[in-house]
Amino acid sequence: MYTFSNKLKTFSIILMVLGAVGVGISFMTSHKSFEEVEHILAEEAHHGGGHGAEASHDEASHGAHAAVESHGEAHGDSAHAEVDEHTKHIEHVQHQIANRPWSALYVAAFFFMMIALGVLAFYAIQIASQAGWSPVLFRVMEGITAYLLPGALIVLAIAVASGTIGHYNLFVWMDPDVVAHDKLIQGKSGWLNLTGFTIRGLIFIAGWVLYRHFSRKFSIAQDTAEDKSNFKKSFRISAAFLVFFIYTESMMSWDWIMSVDPHWFSTLFGWYVFASMFVSGITVIALITLYLKSKGQLEFVNENHLHDVAKFMFAFSIFWTYLWFSQFMLIWYSNIPEEVTYFVTRFQDYKLPFLGMVVMNFVFPILMLMNADYKRIPWFVVMAGLVILFGHYIDIFNMIMPATVGDRWFIGIPEISSVLLFAGLFIFVVFTALTKAPLLVKGYPFRKESEDFHY
Amino acid sequence: MEASKVIHAIYTDDDILMSAVKKVKAEKHHIEEIYTPFPVHGLDKAMGLEPTRIAITAFLYGLVGLTVAILMMNFIMIEDWPQNIGGKPSFSYLENMPAFVPIMFELTVFFAAHLMVITFYLRSRMWPFKKGENPDLRTTDDHFLMEIAVHGNENELESLLKETGAVEVNLVDKAH
Repeated sequence: MYTFSNKLKTFSIILMVLGAVGVGISFMTSHKSFEEVEHILAEEAHHGGGHGAEASHDEASHGAHAAVESHGEAHGDSAHAEVDEHTKHIEHVQHQIANRPWSALYVAAFFFMMIALGVLAFYAIQIASQAGWSPVLFRVMEGITAYLLPGALIVLAIAVASGTIGHYNLFVWMDPDVVAHDKLIQGKSGWLNLTGFTIRGLIFIAGWVLYRHFSRKFSIAQDTAEDKSNFKKSFRISAAFLVFFIYTESMMSWDWIMSVDPHWFSTLFGWYVFASMFVSGITVIALITLYLKSKGQLEFVNENHLHDVAKFMFAFSIFWTYLWFSQFMLIWYSNIPEEVTYFVTRFQDYKLPFLGMVVMNFVFPILMLMNADYKRIPWFVVMAGLVILFGHYIDIFNMIMPATVGDRWFIGIPEISSVLLFAGLFIFVVFTALTKAPLLVKGYPFRKESEDFHY
Repeated sequence: MEASKVIHAIYTDDDILMSAVKKVKAEKHHIEEIYTPFPVHGLDKAMGLEPTRIAITAFLYGLVGLTVAILMMNFIMIEDWPQNIGGKPSFSYLENMPAFVPIMFELTVFFAAHLMVITFYLRSRMWPFKKGENPDLRTTDDHFLMEIAVHGNENELESLLKETGAVEVNLVDKAH
């Protein structure tokens, strides 16, 4: 049995407290009055503002802008046009500043939730494919997926709260005022409405968590069972879950991520989000395995297992890049105005994170993890893993932020403290779950093969 | 050149072969060659063969392919005749790069794969019309053959090999 070391527990609590304080501060400082924003903008303009804020705002196509635009139409009166323009601009920036802590919190919450979900999918695949190498890692995976229930509920709660207690800080389609003036969103309101969003979200979470609950139950029951009935049951539900998962994951990505840009859509978006969550999940499996092994808890895990996990990290980093590039290149090539705005805003305002994540998620892992010998060296895998994880945080950042805060982004207190908050919670939940069961599956039919696994 | 003598020990099971190899290595005899009908897992390690470096060559060939693709398209599409084709920005390579990536990828794979295969053929001396080097036709079907050079120690070797489970031990003159 593993015991959650006091040091790590204190560490996770410190992370949570620090994060919570930072998140609190960023929420308190994000409410700027009209005059304050006016002052900030005047100052930026005075300094020759590196932003070129005004110009890019006019081009930005995110939802908040659409809202402002439609307000303008409603006013109509050309006599007030210039004053309106100024007021609209200030209100727009004011909204973006208010959005920032919400978005930072949402990105971090989603990032850690997706790790748990990615690991759950990986776990189901290992069982359904009857993999012979991975059973020694099952308990680590089960520990990580324990975060799924709280994590997914938090994501959904933040999303719903932003549209109820907040001022539509994440999803503009939740704002009835915007919808009233936006024909495109009106056309999609059959799908994009708060009731449907909440119900769908709850169904997704219920399905995932039920699978996680029963597969964990069967896994522990198999430890003491005389026969293989629990294994067979978990095999069957894993196959069923994978079918459910691939539908719900795709819909979840439309709901929870793609709908921040309700005017834009992409068909391979679900796969793209999946690739991101899968590779982050596998990376976290590697990191936690290495941590536990360094504490002497997993003596049955050897470098051959590490080699296999690192191969998955390598291959799915490339898979992610393939999907990222396919989505980007198809839109860039045809350059249809209604869909290319998505990448135009990212290229104009997010050049460093947008291109930086390709380096972190592709160039770095492909060079680091190509050599078979390097995949067996723990510190090498840890280093590559940390870069991959950071790269995929930036990936989610790039999906959400341009739609909510536009060019007012920065990685500062709101972003960092949100990550700390959820990192602390993640560590706390995962390592608490790891203490609940022995770290080696006992009666699993492929256990012996996995222990003797040799590559 | 003098004709040297070798011993051919023939086995019928890969597990027995593996243990024989370990025993012969432990006795510090040099194994010239082993002929098997299929890959025997771990045989290279037991024989003490060096790991292959063919993956490294493939990586380098891939870099060559990538360079060829970039230089070729940079010259054709950007430098030589930068036409406006459907509004694609042919002002610099970087600006039009996404359109070139499929070709960059394919040429990288093409060079890596083909040059690696050719390297493999050259290093293992395989080509059409090459005369087979097989000392015993049964080794392509169900027998395993271990070849050990003899330096006047035939009898000692013969008894050692018999001990390891060889079904046949032949002393062969090998003309160089």
